[in-house]
Amino acid sequence: MEGNSKAGTTKLSRAITMIVLIILFICFIFPFLMVVINVFKTKGDINSAPLSLIGKHGFTLANFPKAMEKMDFVKVFTNSLIITTSATVLTILVSTMAAFVIVRNAKWKACSIFFSLMVASMVIPFQVLMVPLVSVYGGLFGVLNHRLTLILLHVGFSVSMAVFMFHGAIYTNIPLELEEAAYIDGCTRWQTFWKIVFPLLKPTIATVAIIDAMAFWNDYLLPSLILQKKELYTIPIATQAFYGTYSTDIGLVMAALLLAMLPILILYLFLQRYIVKGVTSGAVKG
Amino acid sequence: MDKTKMSYKVSQFLMFAGPAVILFCGTVIIPFIYGLYLTFTSWDGVSKTKPFVGLANYAASFSDTAYWQALVRTVIYSAFSVILINVVAFLLAYLVTSGVKGQNFFRAGFFIPNLIGGIVLGYVWKFVFNRAFVAIGEAISGGTVPSLLSTTGGAMFCLILVSVWQYAGYMMLIYVAGFMSVPESLKEAALIDGCTPSQAMKNVTVPLMRASFVQCIFLSITRCFMVYDMNLSLTKGEPFNSSVMAAMHVYNQAFTYKNYGTGQAEALILFVVCAIVGVTQVYIGKKGEVAA
Repeated sequence: MEGNSKAGTTKLSRAITMIVLIILFICFIFPFLMVVINVFKTKGDINSAPLSLIGKHGFTLANFPKAMEKMDFVKVFTNSLIITTSATVLTILVSTMAAFVIVRNAKWKACSIFFSLMVASMVIPFQVLMVPLVSVYGGLFGVLNHRLTLILLHVGFSVSMAVFMFHGAIYTNIPLELEEAAYIDGCTRWQTFWKIVFPLLKPTIATVAIIDAMAFWNDYLLPSLILQKKELYTIPIATQAFYGTYSTDIGLVMAALLLAMLPILILYLFLQRYIVKGVTSGAVKG
Repeated sequence: MDKTKMSYKVSQFLMFAGPAVILFCGTVIIPFIYGLYLTFTSWDGVSKTKPFVGLANYAASFSDTAYWQALVRTVIYSAFSVILINVVAFLLAYLVTSGVKGQNFFRAGFFIPNLIGGIVLGYVWKFVFNRAFVAIGEAISGGTVPSLLSTTGGAMFCLILVSVWQYAGYMMLIYVAGFMSVPESLKEAALIDGCTPSQAMKNVTVPLMRASFVQCIFLSITRCFMVYDMNLSLTKGEPFNSSVMAAMHVYNQAFTYKNYGTGQAEALILFVVCAIVGVTQVYIGKKGEVAA
């Protein structure tokens, strides 16, 4: 009897949990739903009935080509892609190498000094550095409006966190004996790093790559300070500029917002497990 | 080769860590020090000379009422956001670890807002507040309803709501990891000893998850204090500058009004306030930590 009622309550509590989860889920995706249902409507229909599924004038795809053209989406997307991939790859290469020498030669003064500097600097927010950055790289060197400047700055900002994570991975997961065996077999240090250590870091590389790529892709403030020419705009800057010009043409805004979100949502559809795992392990370590 | 020689050490260090060190110094260390120097000058961003003005910028920051208003506003916004983010995230984590069907699907779904940058999210929500919620409000009340974003208190409320929505899914993942790290056997032992499930939660699970709480609160404090993108796209500081957060004020001070020195001094003060709050929280949190 007692067992029966217990099974009953767990069944009931499961059902309640499920209903609560579904309601919360709908709340969470509500803003995206709004964009999706309105993007296929005309401007007039959005203004008169933003909540209806289909507008009076029916279903339209006209917002997309117009928004794509006005936002120069293909170029903007390519810019974002070039900057994100090169900055991510560079971050990985540069920080795995640095972490390797820092772990294996922990007794060297330079290693310990830079490692503690990097760890300490992780608390410095970007706002403290943006004014001097603009004055050094804009005023002193005049290298604004170059993709390479932005890429190198992205790498510079993410290197400390990445080194910290690779430091942990090398320290705990890579046995020194493996490297010693390679040295005995005649490998140089450089070869040993790339042939033995680097491949073993794959799981951490995936984590760091996911965290950094997402941060680079979505970053607005740094790119907006460095890239002021229209042909260099990344997706967030282009979205902001687009909204400034076409905010009254709400159909186009909907299309632009959907276009801005689509690449990362599609990627999430395929790599969801890795992204969730990467972000969690990154956060827990950081 | 003699591995204790200085030249060996230097060449090895430069070969492996050289690129990282150069980029790190170029983007963080040098600008940080140069930024300190800038706070003692009255530079307008254009002229070649940077006149030395001593502590004038700090004096200007302390007498800049708009800045202090923005700072107080940021503290209020952060307090509400941090509490709500963590309450919602903890509840979500509890629900998605309770063993219902499709919990991975829900976890993935709640995380979606984190994939998209603050600029785009802000515009999406601007549409929701200005059109969708207004339409719902008008359907219910039958009259015209102003958008929440157009009222002074409403704009703050919107910023908090969107922040909670944005970060709850991310913090949820950390709490989920926390829940998983509590050994099942301890919970069972508590239940056998006569605890009710809520007592077991309060006296066993939550104390053991202390590290997750410390971490989530730290992350949400630092993010809320430095909010900029979403502030820019959602409210732009409107109406009547009632939703200008500290980071936006710093940006405007430096880049719009060209008071680089004062802007930099205000950025440093913001950083110090944020660091003190964050570090105090971690210190208090870690002190009472218990191990399983």
